[in-house]
Amino acid sequence: MPLMQTLTQKLANPTRFMELSGRVLPWVSAAAAALLVYGLYLAFFASPADYQQGETVRIMYIHVPCAWLSMMIYALIAISSFGLLVFRHPLADVSAKAAAPIGAAFTFLALFTGSLWGKPMWGTYWVWDARLTSVLILFFLYLGLMALRASLEDEAAAAKLTAVLALVGVTILPIIKFSVEWWNTLHQPSTDFTSTVDPSMRWPLLVMAVGFTVLFFAMHLKAMRNEILRRRVKAMRAQAVAGRDRLAAQAAE
Amino acid sequence: MDFGPHAAFIWISYAAVAGMVAALVAWLIADGRRQAADLEALESAGVKRRSSPSGLE
Repeated sequence: MPLMQTLTQKLANPTRFMELSGRVLPWVSAAAAALLVYGLYLAFFASPADYQQGETVRIMYIHVPCAWLSMMIYALIAISSFGLLVFRHPLADVSAKAAAPIGAAFTFLALFTGSLWGKPMWGTYWVWDARLTSVLILFFLYLGLMALRASLEDEAAAAKLTAVLALVGVTILPIIKFSVEWWNTLHQPSTDFTSTVDPSMRWPLLVMAVGFTVLFFAMHLKAMRNEILRRRVKAMRAQAVAGRDRLAAQAAE
Repeated sequence: MDFGPHAAFIWISYAAVAGMVAALVAWLIADGRRQAADLEALESAGVKRRSSPSGLE
């Protein structure tokens, strides 16, 4: 705990965060690229076709990581929102704002690849069952977070309202997770890496899931850096305008 | 690589993911460059950054 506290305190300073993230980002990006290249090799060349699903099982190696990220990113937004509302951590809102469009993109991909996997397996691109519908609601939640923030000019108010919505919306996560157990659904049960996937497919899936997760963290770091720069630019522009107004007032006196 | 009768579904899935990831990376890099250029322009115009308690301004 003291270690975590020290790390959080160190990262609470955006200038220090910029220095640290600038050093870490190339390594995280390189690790993501290496893992994804290795994962794609395993997915295409070193894993067998499924005895029931045939070759379409290869969609699993991208669908499952996208679905995992769609939920993990929302959980990260909820934690960041909690950090903003309760601890007023200076980077909490930056983190939440930076993660939302990336989360929306991966949720869209989870829906899209799932739909393309569903057609040959279930005979349909879409059914209004609990798992698919709850993930669609998650996608709309992401869009809602971005729309709400964009609709308010006051950034502090937008941050707080968006954080409240994010925390209310977090109830969708257990619904998505347990939807395949609570309701009848075409969707298979949640992937259990220890038992439900054959070992020949488990390793490629694990490598791809870790690769996508590291890729997200690289994107998130970059998006947070961009957001910190954007806020600095905005503050400096306001400062420049205020300075000009002051000079004009002095000249008029 | 012969992925059988459903090859199109597999290829379109992978292409969509590759396209979206490429678009996100390109957007993040372009956005970062734009912000850095704006910051540099302001600094070269003589606007100095006043440090705030949050460090964000």
